[in-house]
Amino acid sequence: MSTLLDVRNLKVYYKTPVGYVKAVDNVSFKVKEGEVFGVAGESGCGKSTLVHSLILRKPPMTHMGGQAIFKGRDLMQLSKEEERKIKYTELSIIPQYAMNALNPTKKIKDIVWDIAREHGYEDRSEVEKLLRERLAMVKLSEKVADMYPVELSGGMRQRATMVVSTLMNPDLLIADEVTSALDVTTQRVVLELLHYFMEQGIVKSIIFVTHDLALLDKIADRFMVMYAGKVVEMGPTEELINSPSHPYTTMLIESLPKIGVRYRETKLKGIPGYPISLLNPPKGCRFYTRCPYAMEHCPRVEPSLIEVGEDHVVACHLYGGESNE
Amino acid sequence: MPRRNRMETVKIAFRNRKFQFGFGLLMFFVIFALIGPLFTNFAWDGLYYEKVGKVELASYSGRHLPPMSREEIWTYTGKKVEVLHILGTDIQGKDLYAQLVYGLRTSLWIAALAAIIGTILGVSIGFVSGYKGGWVDEILMMVVNIMLVIPAIVLLILVAAYLSARSPEIQALIIGLTGWPWVARAVRSQTLSLKNREFVSLARLAGQSDLRIIFGEIMPNMVSYVFMAGILQFSGAILSSATLDFIGLGPTTMVSLGNILQKAIAHNALQFGWWWWFIPPGLIITLIITALFFINLGMEEVFNPRLRRGGE
Amino acid sequence: MGFKKYLARKTGVYLITFLFAVTLNWLLPRLMPGNPIEAMLSSNLGLAPGEKEVLMEYYSQLYGLDKPLWEQFVNFWVSLFHGDLGYSILYRAPVTDLIKHALPYDVVILLPAIVLSWVVGNWLGAIAGKNKKYDRYTMPLFYFLASMPYFWFAMLLVYFVGVRAGWLPYQGAYDPAIIPSLSFGFISNFLQHWILPFLSLFIVQIGSWAIGMRNMIIYELEADYVRYLEALGGSEKLLTKHAYRNAILPQVTGLALQLGLMVAGAIATETVFNYPGIGVLIMNAALSQDYFLLQGAFLMVVISVLAANFIIDIIYAFIDPRVRTSYTEG
Repeated sequence: MSTLLDVRNLKVYYKTPVGYVKAVDNVSFKVKEGEVFGVAGESGCGKSTLVHSLILRKPPMTHMGGQAIFKGRDLMQLSKEEERKIKYTELSIIPQYAMNALNPTKKIKDIVWDIAREHGYEDRSEVEKLLRERLAMVKLSEKVADMYPVELSGGMRQRATMVVSTLMNPDLLIADEVTSALDVTTQRVVLELLHYFMEQGIVKSIIFVTHDLALLDKIADRFMVMYAGKVVEMGPTEELINSPSHPYTTMLIESLPKIGVRYRETKLKGIPGYPISLLNPPKGCRFYTRCPYAMEHCPRVEPSLIEVGEDHVVACHLYGGESNE
Repeated sequence: MPRRNRMETVKIAFRNRKFQFGFGLLMFFVIFALIGPLFTNFAWDGLYYEKVGKVELASYSGRHLPPMSREEIWTYTGKKVEVLHILGTDIQGKDLYAQLVYGLRTSLWIAALAAIIGTILGVSIGFVSGYKGGWVDEILMMVVNIMLVIPAIVLLILVAAYLSARSPEIQALIIGLTGWPWVARAVRSQTLSLKNREFVSLARLAGQSDLRIIFGEIMPNMVSYVFMAGILQFSGAILSSATLDFIGLGPTTMVSLGNILQKAIAHNALQFGWWWWFIPPGLIITLIITALFFINLGMEEVFNPRLRRGGE
Repeated sequence: MGFKKYLARKTGVYLITFLFAVTLNWLLPRLMPGNPIEAMLSSNLGLAPGEKEVLMEYYSQLYGLDKPLWEQFVNFWVSLFHGDLGYSILYRAPVTDLIKHALPYDVVILLPAIVLSWVVGNWLGAIAGKNKKYDRYTMPLFYFLASMPYFWFAMLLVYFVGVRAGWLPYQGAYDPAIIPSLSFGFISNFLQHWILPFLSLFIVQIGSWAIGMRNMIIYELEADYVRYLEALGGSEKLLTKHAYRNAILPQVTGLALQLGLMVAGAIATETVFNYPGIGVLIMNAALSQDYFLLQGAFLMVVISVLAANFIIDIIYAFIDPRVRTSYTEG
């Protein structure tokens, strides 16, 4: 499988009056063609910033270094116009607010045509035909194309947005917390749809961002766990879920509710403490303050990513390798 | 919902440039209204009074003078006094600076009183409507909508015309009675959004009474909002009262800013070019309303940072 | 289809408002201390000695002030539907006739002022919402404009443009020496008299529209649907187009709400220019305590404002799908 997106040492900070908030700090990962790549972590860990920096960088979000090579081009160095052209046709997003993403006062077909026209499409009837086909694919009536978003229910809007986002067959689709506001049944529909889009070849790869590891287990081929703007662990889904290496990943998995366990007897485990401030993060391991295995040099030396299995890396001093810093 | 420290909020507001500007300008006029009479020898009606025994007797020359004119007045007892007309005199020789200062007092007093009446009414009705819901809400909102469509100023004219003697307080009362619907509508929607928040539900589960929930839980979270509504009422009241006075339905016992303008028009001050008669009062009205706008703008930026612009 | 339901509901609301306004109109003079008709007749309107008794008789018969209240109320409605609003003592003419003559002047001033200020104000506000540099310089001006009482700005126009510069006439609707006709001379004279009253309403009103539009644009440009368009590579132009459309919608509702304020402004403004519209009638009636004229004018203004609001509400339902949908459910 070839690499579709290659992110290298990416640094994306927020500029604030009191200094930079280091939301994404030296993050590297690859997304291969044909895979679903997951990004997991608590809210505020930088996962949303990471994916938004790929598609919509706006002040105060600032690129401070590193690259994101997408199909041979560095997304961070593209001119505004080049970037605009790549979006939608090659790189698309289903936003967190998918239910409210469509302009309420425009018919869905008009919204689609407005964007399509700006990406060089000339035949309106063709675009509309495609839209109707795709709407039918996700089990929405073709008439939805002629309706206003306000006339649809929340779940229908969610699906309509998914159709709109993937209409131009993007190579890479970013799904940013698309499931977090949904009930369990709708969550399943969304996952199935994403899966279906992959199967049909509508999208080549997906970056699936979530705070819910249970969902990743169902959809992702590989995933990485972020903590406080850093990658702490990355590897194939099965391996990470079954034998996590980093204490943080372990705790995340243990905090999931499990079927067959009665919480009256076994207490649900949370992670004690709160994430650190990203304004002036400490020099060493950022998880140190909450880590049960913290060692003497953890707060001073930053752990680097070490291979612990095939395609499985972890950043923790428990796995040896004094940092080169 | 964490309650922000009240003092903290006030501090933030005072750091906002727009708030500073508006508040400064407003305070300037308030202070001017308070200490302005110190700089003139004339009474509220623009006449010079002399105490003779227990009565005060008015004397004036009747000359029409431009601003900064000095004049010698012969008083009733035959004394000669030199006086300064800072803003000149009107056609009857009455001092305009004195009228302006006292007129400003009246206008501010009327507006403040009307704003208080309108805000209290609006807040109570909006609260009840939003908090109670159901048919109470339906009926109250119906009244609000009716009041919003009927042009308030025309209603004011109608009522004012029926009253033969009008004091500033009566004017404030009728302005307040027509101004509340805006507040009621805004407060209602705020109440609706607040009443379903967790902390209110908690209070209700804990068995607190409605009154305690309103004053203990909802009110503190709306203070800034109510304050802003009050500011808008204040500026609306200044405008309404000036319009009423200008039409000739102002207080019959007192001079006010709109009243001065009405007299200016009635005596053709425009045609004769007596600008000192009609420019200052209108400018003061405009600047006070501008100041109130900026106070509101500043507060809105403090409470709703989305409107803030460019790294301020 | 939600539209029918919407229409029915709106019609109901406006009907109730109308009933309320008329009842208020009837009730107010009866709530006031003293007998307004007697007060009106005894005020110094220069009535001949015999005239007073005749008028007193006329009104008592017409409005049956000696009859029970409910009968007075019914009579009031009956005469209202016959287009009878009473007789103005001040002008010595039926109120209906007076209003019929005054109304066209209000329309020619108010309608263009409202429509044009709305268009221009929204346009200027939209620019301010997008362009920060321009925003910085124009917003204080807009706020200053919006703070000005209409009649004071009218006075400034009269003084600077009319009196000092002597460019335009500022008294009345046309030169009293010219007889109204469809000739070029009369029309140009009429238009000259029209400019200043129109400008005084138009310019002041621009301020508040611009402020409203600017805030709406800033708000809409931050909305989720705009972010989504941007994420999908929509151009700046497209984002603005979508945001403008949604920002202008509340401004249409704003038009309905501002209407009352503008009418109020017009009343005072007309008195500055001595422009023979309803405003001047209202002022003269109020000062001379000519209550029938005052009530008639009040009713006329309320009906006009209600009708305009109703039309705007209907138009709004056509341009904003959200209104229609909210009535299909519930």
